[in-house]
Amino acid sequence: MRYRMTHLALAIATLAAGMSMAAWAEYETLAEMGYPAPEAGELVHVPPTMADLEEADLHPELKKVIRRGYDLFTDTQQLRGENVFNDMNCSSCHLGEGRQPFSAPVWPAAVTLPNFRGKNQHVNNLEERIAGCFAYSMNGTPPAYGSDDMLALSAYHRWLATGAPMYPDEPIYGRGFPPPERPESLSYERGEALYVEQCAICHSDDGSGLYENGEYVFPALWGDGSNNWGAGIVRTHTAAGFIKNNMPLGQPLSLSDQQAWDVAYYMTQQERPQDPRYSGDVDEVLEKFGATFHKHSSYGQVREHDGHRLADHANWGEKGDIVPWNVGQPRFEDLED
Amino acid sequence: MMRTVRIARGLSLLLGLGLASGQAQAQQEGDAERGQAAAGTCVACHQADGSGMNVPGGESWPRLAGLPAGYIAKQLHDFKAGRRENASMMPFASMLDAQQIADVAAYYSQMPVTDAQGGEGADEALLRRGEQLAMRGDWDAYIVSCKSCHGPGNAGAGATFPGIASQHAGYIETQLRAWQAGERHNDPQNLMGAIAQRMSDGDIRAVSAWLANQSVASD
Repeated sequence: MRYRMTHLALAIATLAAGMSMAAWAEYETLAEMGYPAPEAGELVHVPPTMADLEEADLHPELKKVIRRGYDLFTDTQQLRGENVFNDMNCSSCHLGEGRQPFSAPVWPAAVTLPNFRGKNQHVNNLEERIAGCFAYSMNGTPPAYGSDDMLALSAYHRWLATGAPMYPDEPIYGRGFPPPERPESLSYERGEALYVEQCAICHSDDGSGLYENGEYVFPALWGDGSNNWGAGIVRTHTAAGFIKNNMPLGQPLSLSDQQAWDVAYYMTQQERPQDPRYSGDVDEVLEKFGATFHKHSSYGQVREHDGHRLADHANWGEKGDIVPWNVGQPRFEDLED
Repeated sequence: MMRTVRIARGLSLLLGLGLASGQAQAQQEGDAERGQAAAGTCVACHQADGSGMNVPGGESWPRLAGLPAGYIAKQLHDFKAGRRENASMMPFASMLDAQQIADVAAYYSQMPVTDAQGGEGADEALLRRGEQLAMRGDWDAYIVSCKSCHGPGNAGAGATFPGIASQHAGYIETQLRAWQAGERHNDPQNLMGAIAQRMSDGDIRAVSAWLANQSVASD
């Protein structure tokens, strides 16, 4: 139970729950940096590190597979041309190797699934959730369910969740990319100016990021090297949440809420590969997903300053005509209500 | 092409700080041959092969060989203008005009990376910590890895982020401490300063020793 704690009466709770002070100390750094401290009733979990893995009492075969999962997570580019068709790694968005609170830590997926998922309107397990990232965020097509690579990635998620309770009732501390409060108005122009000033030194003026010696250093924020129009981070609030809590690298929470939203607005109003759910007509996609997923994105919108209609194209990026096999895959069609 | 773009970016930062004189300087093309002639005074410390020298207990002279030209040029301009303070470098940088700075930067950037000193004798635990910080970081302390900006193998990324693998331990230590103390602040957007603030003395020694022990293959 070292993973459960309350903010109030911390010391008492700590003693009562037997939670290690070291674990709390890790997140105390976050609180000092300006992140909210855990609230009463929140589930706080400090995932183990890869150094902990070496000490852990696990079968050597499992350790090998977890190490492989870590390697895939932090260097997903090794699947380039097979499963990945852009310049991203899992760890491009899930900072701190998928462990970091407020950077969409990935362990919650291992303790909350199988569960219903709004995005594809059916029950997903961990593998299917990971497959979604390949289809959208990696602009690719997933490794097969049960394959070595998929199993290794699942095993890494499971390792990070070590000690966390299954199907927790409590809200999870630091889950997702919590967005700051949306300001009254968003400005493309202000976002662009801020981008040039604070982001472009790493991500470059054209958003293409930076490669060095054939290896990714800074991820592409838009364009063919980036996630496609179906990825979660094309939603303005998700992008704002990522930016506010994680950027510039090493200086989280340094932008105001307005700045985070403006730069997110600017970034999500750039072109990127088509949403794999596109059937040849932007309006058809909007008909299906405009009230749900794309309600939060700029998909199909006409950009004010140049009249460009976003996502009105059949550019799939580097993957060309490869269709991710998991998108639109039916599930449980024969079950009665 | 990328190099040009990067230098232009450094330039817009200079301009952003209201240092309009940066424009002509940063766009100047460097010539390595002319740079060799202009580098006559540099070799006393930075050596003919650009390897610099680790000076235990004193001021270590950084390896310049193989550093990005844009980075070297920016440092020289910064020494000259007092944006980076260093009593040894100030007079030498001031002797160079903008063209000579571009030339010297081109000259050193084209040299093969040399080996570094100062990491000898570091114990295994220190090196393990150094490797962790350099390659993976310590996110619980919000120390992102060196590699995340300094590139694959910490051999540098673009014109902005210098290679730090195979740099002298004494130099890296001094610089990180200078950032911590607020004595060095010419990094773009405080990217290095923010991280240095969170590093312990042990972290600084560990990462410096580990980086000094890495060798970098030049292309």
